[in-house]
Amino acid sequence: MVFKAKIQVMPKKGILDPQGSAVQKALQTMQYRNVEEVRIGKYMEIWIAGDDENAVRAQVQEMATRLLANPVIEDFTFVIERLE
Amino acid sequence: MNFGVVVFPGSNCDADCYHVLKEVFREPVEYVWHQESSLKGLDCVILPGGFSYGDYLRAGAIARFSPVMAAVTEFARQGGLVLGICNGFQILLEAGLLPGAMRRNQSLQFRCHYTYLRVENTDTPFTNQFSPGQVVRIPIAHGEGNYFADAPVLAEIRKSGQAVFRYCTPQGEVLPAANPNGSLENIAGIINAAGNVLGMMPHPERCAEAILGSTDGYLVFASLIHWWQRRNSRAS
Repeated sequence: MVFKAKIQVMPKKGILDPQGSAVQKALQTMQYRNVEEVRIGKYMEIWIAGDDENAVRAQVQEMATRLLANPVIEDFTFVIERLE
Repeated sequence: MNFGVVVFPGSNCDADCYHVLKEVFREPVEYVWHQESSLKGLDCVILPGGFSYGDYLRAGAIARFSPVMAAVTEFARQGGLVLGICNGFQILLEAGLLPGAMRRNQSLQFRCHYTYLRVENTDTPFTNQFSPGQVVRIPIAHGEGNYFADAPVLAEIRKSGQAVFRYCTPQGEVLPAANPNGSLENIAGIINAAGNVLGMMPHPERCAEAILGSTDGYLVFASLIHWWQRRNSRAS
């Protein structure tokens, strides 16, 4: 079986996000005055072969903790889809 | 004193470090390819600046899993001297050999210019040739040097004198106006609690000869060599 993991990595709450701040200012300059906050993260898709969805889930959790996100400054969430 | 300069794909200050050690200090130095798994015979390992693995994902995040980094981690655990400069600092943070993490510069600009630094701790193998509170001029060149650590870690760093270099004004005042990247508490370089691993964003290898406009960086390498010689004369 193949699973697809969709992983979202975001700057932690309270951590300055210079990109988000810059985009927020740009949107406000464009007269979107109700924009209150912009935060920019990363979205990743990973295809993983495996038989057991729980094992794949544990593996994604581990990969995200070790490499895909930096737990000092980022949080991550993910969902897993079964493809076949 | 035997130096090793690690070369990752994308390192670009490796030759500068090599040059300073070989031509300015006349010390034995060799390149260490990132696929190496041994650091045998080395007394100090330098992780140079550059853009290892294109800085993909996060600066230093992929280099940190190079085979050589397992050896560097073990080398550091045994008390070996490790100096990470710029991208090398980022790699040490990603590897967990130093506390904290780097974010994008607050300005979103790549900053490439001289900075003034105040030397906050001279009781280290990397800074013993500076005088306490000395203000030095060493250039930076980075887009992700905005140092972050959570409040408890930052308090520990402050308490134990681990913030070795801080960005300051030419007069030595640590002020927001002298902060080129948004680093917490103007931190430009930190040392680990054991005192044998130092990471710094400014480039001492770019200012170790008068012809380059500043010789302040010379003192980082001179400190290492002095520390090593003193240790060995005590041992014998």
